[in-house]
Amino acid sequence: MSAASTAEAPFVAKTKVGRFTDFVDERVGGSGILREFGRKVFPDHWSFMFGEVALYSFVILLMSGTFLTFFFDPSMAETHYQGSYTPLYNVEMSVAYSSSLNISFDIRGGLFMRQVHHWAALLFVASLGVHMLRVFFTGAFRKPREMNWVVGGVLLILAMAAGFTGYSLPDDLLSGNGLRIIDGVVKSIPVIGTYTSFFLFGGEFPGTAIIGRLYVLHILLVPALILLMIVIHLFMVVVHKHTQYPGPGRSDGNVVGYPLGPVYAAKAGGFFFIVFGVIALMAAAFTINPIWNYGPYDPSPVSAGTQPDFYIGFVDGALRLMPGVINDFHFEYVVFGYTLTLNVLLPALVPAGIIFTVLFMYPWIERWVTKDNREHHVLDRPRNAPTRTAIGVAGFTWYCVMWAAAGSDLIATAFHVSLNDVTYWLRTLFFLGPVLAFIVTKRVALALQRKDREIALHGRETGRIVRLPHGEFIEVHAPLDEYKRYKLVGFESPAPLPAVPNEHGVVTNKEKRRAALSKWFFEDRVAPATPAELEAAHAHGHHEAIESGEEQKSLSH
Amino acid sequence: MGNHSDGSPNPSGTVATAGQNEVEKFQDPGLPPHRLRLADTDPKAAKRAERQVAILFGSSIFGTVIFLVAYFAIDLGHDSSIATIRTQNLLLGLGTAFAMLGIGTGIVHWAKALMPDHEVSEERHGIRSEEDRQAAVRIVDDIVEETGIKRRPLIRNTLLGAVALAPLPALAVFGDLGPRPDDKLAHTMWAPEGGKLKRLTRDPDGTPIRASDVTIGSAFHVIPEGLNELHEGKLNEKAKAVVLLMRLNPESLNPSPGRENWGYNGIVAYSKICTHVGCPVALYEQQTHHLLCPCHQSTFDLTQECKVIFGPASRPLPQLPIAIDAEGYLVATSDFKEPVGPSYWERDEHERRINS
Repeated sequence: MSAASTAEAPFVAKTKVGRFTDFVDERVGGSGILREFGRKVFPDHWSFMFGEVALYSFVILLMSGTFLTFFFDPSMAETHYQGSYTPLYNVEMSVAYSSSLNISFDIRGGLFMRQVHHWAALLFVASLGVHMLRVFFTGAFRKPREMNWVVGGVLLILAMAAGFTGYSLPDDLLSGNGLRIIDGVVKSIPVIGTYTSFFLFGGEFPGTAIIGRLYVLHILLVPALILLMIVIHLFMVVVHKHTQYPGPGRSDGNVVGYPLGPVYAAKAGGFFFIVFGVIALMAAAFTINPIWNYGPYDPSPVSAGTQPDFYIGFVDGALRLMPGVINDFHFEYVVFGYTLTLNVLLPALVPAGIIFTVLFMYPWIERWVTKDNREHHVLDRPRNAPTRTAIGVAGFTWYCVMWAAAGSDLIATAFHVSLNDVTYWLRTLFFLGPVLAFIVTKRVALALQRKDREIALHGRETGRIVRLPHGEFIEVHAPLDEYKRYKLVGFESPAPLPAVPNEHGVVTNKEKRRAALSKWFFEDRVAPATPAELEAAHAHGHHEAIESGEEQKSLSH
Repeated sequence: MGNHSDGSPNPSGTVATAGQNEVEKFQDPGLPPHRLRLADTDPKAAKRAERQVAILFGSSIFGTVIFLVAYFAIDLGHDSSIATIRTQNLLLGLGTAFAMLGIGTGIVHWAKALMPDHEVSEERHGIRSEEDRQAAVRIVDDIVEETGIKRRPLIRNTLLGAVALAPLPALAVFGDLGPRPDDKLAHTMWAPEGGKLKRLTRDPDGTPIRASDVTIGSAFHVIPEGLNELHEGKLNEKAKAVVLLMRLNPESLNPSPGRENWGYNGIVAYSKICTHVGCPVALYEQQTHHLLCPCHQSTFDLTQECKVIFGPASRPLPQLPIAIDAEGYLVATSDFKEPVGPSYWERDEHERRINS
């Protein structure tokens, strides 16, 4: 219904700004959008900021990256450096490296932009990873958010791709050796490896094509895909509304938080400037990737203690951990006259493959095991899902062992231990670490749940020691108010689901496997405290402690 | 009583048995009562918060000024030192940091201290309603019916075939991304040209090396004669041809049958390209006669013809057969007898062809 069709006179804005706004509103329907979103409620928690950090880092990457493209020349043509950095004066190098040096030394603010771009890239991947850990450990990937979890995983892969393609562009010694490692890995792929390498580099390594090709991927294709995924991600966040942590007044049927305008918008908008400020501070004070120290790429030299950017570290670490020869067993052999080099192929593809396959499939695995098809909008506290938390920590430990292996030489030199021993230990931890992490994490989670029960039933320790008339010392416990208590008791603790026959009355093998997994998932569990137990705890001779606690509380008011 | 106060866990049988979670649960007490902040009740505190926000915004203005001053006042002349650049970078960064953090912390402080902090609750709605689902199904059915695709399988099948094949040209056009590998990886610059053996020269200046220059325990980074004069593909050739030259006590070398003449008086030359993924094996441990790759720590033993003794490489470094020419310079008597660098699918085939 337009205003004109009603009996009232059409709305006429009084001010200039009002008339302009009205003009736009009549043509795009902004009022409806504002009505829908202007006061939309967003739950607030510090751990929800990791995703924001990732988004804001990406915006900063786009801005600083655009600046850099104005000065960077992705050509591998040979040139002699004529810029103002004297140690490299007249050295033969590629135009790409020369223009990177010019950005650093001859463009005002160029070095700052390079450092902002690199730090923002590291922060982008790191915050994505931490955000995904948060989502995993709180069970936020459950229905209806499984697909958004997958979009997040795709974003993580794209972020690493964006990082690596950008890292290689300056064509310095460090990144050139990184590319050479990639070339070695590509060549190890059976059947198509050699061709893939020649297609990637436009001939033999290093050739003259790779920087230009990576440049197009880095500034066009990969960022466009990232942007597309971000749009899908945020669209789904709006459709689903945000999850919330458990607590009094929060349920799967509501969303509790601050309205978008003004509080949430102000906090989130202000946070963009804070992220920008922190990145600027890092770029001001901490040198990152000093390419002028490395020199131009040359296939002959290499500096010791070389590391890739941190997000590629786990793959590089896996490459280091894999033994090429065990006693006289070689991991490279000849099959039907062709060379299969498993000592490169396995570590380069298998760990990353396992991590991302499990990551993508996990929501469906858990859904199948638990037969839980309900929508979940209230998060789990990690301790209240001990097996899931333990799986997550085990996976993260595995990742960290590989990541640490990428610095095995630095560990050896920093701690004055044998490099070989560091590798042997990390090889052991590669297998044992996740198992130990699983066991320890599960026990810690169960212990924390027991502690929650203890506090819910007996109150918190006040630290006040009281001597009773008959001489006994007790510590006074203060009971929780009902809101704090509900936070400790308001969770589900599912029991194992035994195998059930299907419609033909048959218990299938698949169902048996599911039941076994369900048992493994939920066998060890701590049930939330119940009102009856609280009653019993009160009746169990704790009256005095509680009363004295209450007395203490009323005195302090 | 009070046995929980000594820190021991309460033996309450917390691992529940089946059915225990059926007992009644605590009821949700609802949202906790709202607590007023100092700034809500005390006008002085509110005024103070207002001033703090203004100061933070002011510090942002200060930061912008620092940035502009650092940008225009510091001159990066043609002979500016790295210290000037670092100073400018620091000031530009600090300026930006102040400018951004001032705005950010100001807004957040404003929101937290002065804007209403009432948490509100909103109902969630189903993502999909059953009514919508049925309507959508009807629409899809109608669309499918109107196209008639179910009744006309000929149309459907030819369309599927056409759509399946249509992307093939899009794949084929990438065929010129690179040349065919052929046997390019199997050969290096060391192969004698027109019967003339290539001299071993120093990396990077290209001066030839006399056998008498190589003392026991020394190591040379070596490139083939003529590499520096190449105009096209210099790095490609260098990436395959770089060599490490070392001299050991001849007794400590144990050449296998057929390789006795590949060295000269304890001088041996090995490919510098790691057989793992191709990093330069640049570290020579003189005392232990080990070569170590700094990228992934593959370790090769010179006294066992560069056999892998540690790390991820699986193959020994290829040896370059060397001798001396009439003037006493070291020369390569042939190309490597196997492809250098990381393994690839056709590698074994190439090695057999080289040796046949």
